Amino acid sequence: MKVLTGNRLIDGEAIWYSPVGWIETLAGADVAADKAAEERLEAIGRQAFADNFALDIELIDVQIVDGEIVPLRLRERIRAAGPTTRTDLGKQAAHAARAG
Amino acid sequence: MYRYDEFDREFVNARVAQFRDQVERRLSGELTEEQFRPLRLMNGVYLQLHAYMLRIAVPYGTLSPRQLRMLAHIARKYDKGYGHFTTRQNIQFNWPALADIPDILADLASVEMHALQTSGNCIRNVTADHFAGAAADEVADPRPYAEILRQWSSVHPEFSYLPRKFKIAVTGAARDRAAIQTHDIGLHLKKNADGELGFAVYVGGGQGRTPIVAKKIRDFLPEADLLSYTTAIMRVYNLYGRRDNKYKARIKILVHETGTEEFARQVEAEWAELSDTALKLPEADIRAIETYFTPPDLPARPEGDDAVRQARLDSRSFSEWLDQNVVTHRHPDYAAVTISLKGIGETPGDASAAQMEAVADIAEAYAFDELRVSHEQNLILPHVARADLRAVYDALVGIGLATANSNLITDIIACPGLDYCALANARSIPVAQAISRRFADLERQRDIGELKLKISGCINACGHHHVGHIGILGVEKKGAELYQVTLGGSGDENTSIGEIVGRGFGPDEITDAIETVVDTYLGLRLGRDEKFLDAYRRVGAAPFKEALYGAESKAA
Repeated sequence: MKVLTGNRLIDGEAIWYSPVGWIETLAGADVAADKAAEERLEAIGRQAFADNFALDIELIDVQIVDGEIVPLRLRERIRAAGPTTRTDLGKQAAHAARAG
Repeated sequence: MYRYDEFDREFVNARVAQFRDQVERRLSGELTEEQFRPLRLMNGVYLQLHAYMLRIAVPYGTLSPRQLRMLAHIARKYDKGYGHFTTRQNIQFNWPALADIPDILADLASVEMHALQTSGNCIRNVTADHFAGAAADEVADPRPYAEILRQWSSVHPEFSYLPRKFKIAVTGAARDRAAIQTHDIGLHLKKNADGELGFAVYVGGGQGRTPIVAKKIRDFLPEADLLSYTTAIMRVYNLYGRRDNKYKARIKILVHETGTEEFARQVEAEWAELSDTALKLPEADIRAIETYFTPPDLPARPEGDDAVRQARLDSRSFSEWLDQNVVTHRHPDYAAVTISLKGIGETPGDASAAQMEAVADIAEAYAFDELRVSHEQNLILPHVARADLRAVYDALVGIGLATANSNLITDIIACPGLDYCALANARSIPVAQAISRRFADLERQRDIGELKLKISGCINACGHHHVGHIGILGVEKKGAELYQVTLGGSGDENTSIGEIVGRGFGPDEITDAIETVVDTYLGLRLGRDEKFLDAYRRVGAAPFKEALYGAESKAA
């Protein structure tokens, strides 16, 4: 399974493509489960790059664990959360603030 | 320190305006990413995992309090309240928005700073001994020459599209604190028998995936010939350096493949055409640049000895800090202070905006407005009266920057690693933090003695692991982090590349492995006087392999 991710041009924010468009969290991303879905996401990625909306766009491997999307590579897990050494920063900061 | 003249000011302001226009054109879609990428890189703007990163040049590591305050302001206004000092004596901000970067550059220009040539295939920030102008063993201050190189190399049209990036370092003392032999060009400022200043010239050093120690191609180059000779080296490199493979494009590969003698011959031939041209530095120009680096007037403060003696009696922690983080100054009443950015369990090289502002205050109150960034990711107060050391120490305690660990095992160099960097394969910071916590006890650290531990999260070696007495390289293997240990590296006047000791260790094993290495050293050293590196050079890798891998090492 794969999701489409990239960084927003204007501020570099890590973003993922979801059924409602590009969002700032991995949760809710559009998961491609077959080749056709992957190709659809790839086309969306190419368009986002062509539109100068995002860059470093790629499909990344994920799995579903307890209903949540979890990237296979640590690199992508860190992108989706934030620095492991600063849990007050990155996407995880908002989670921490909500939990707190 | 160097102050911009009218030309510098106009030049930097023009570059800010130019980049502002480029960013606007990129955001409007007029420029494609392919067109914009080299332009942003030349202004220090990378795209990392979470956001853009802006790398700001701190020329030869010299900063004023006003500049440090501006960096604090940028950290607060445009970033997330902190910055990361790097192994090129620069500072990086990890979270700026592209749209804000022109304003950041304008703020920097207002304090005579910029981010030019902190990336890209050009001549990068020229680094120098962080104790320049203060060190007791210095022949002359290397920074005027670093400044001359900075002026000459800034947006140099011939050298803006080199085969690969190019790094120059200058030291003014026989004891090399600038790691010149790991640079594309390393310059050792010295005097000849007639007392004239010049350089021993080293070429083709570097780390990365192919670590090579630089070769000396000239034992004495008169100072007037600095630019003509450097130009000759650059021309040979620009002409013959490989552009077909980025991994073989650095000058170290060219020197290696050409052979040192033949390479030197080519440089000398090129130089023969250049040595009597406009590139020859007029004596008056060198001396004029030198005046910018005239050391502050240091009044006699003979009360320092008594003050230090009393302060030692009053406070053991002050005494420990004095022993570890304070070094001799050329003026007997003064000292140079290392402000450790390596608090136990902290991120190496990070400083908060509040810490930066407080350090700026300290530099103004006690250090003649001078600050340095060291390539070991610490801050330096180069001129502090010994009589003021206690006050400086107390002020540093107040901001959590009085860790007494300079040159000890917890004074770790670490790159940002996979927590931030798009190139990294493994994390560096958590490894540094875990080792730092394991060896937190100062008495134990002091018993171990001088030990330079350096960590990189990928083979690009920003964490200088190849020249760590103990080096750690993070790699990705089968989707997991794995840490390779090298031993016996050194980045000083006796530079050596560390040797891989054996198979790597997982994140949960690496701290234990380092402790095993350290305990092995403690068990075999001839006495406390035999430092880790000396012991390693005496006994080699075998006892360490045996301790780490046991029977496995014998089988291998």
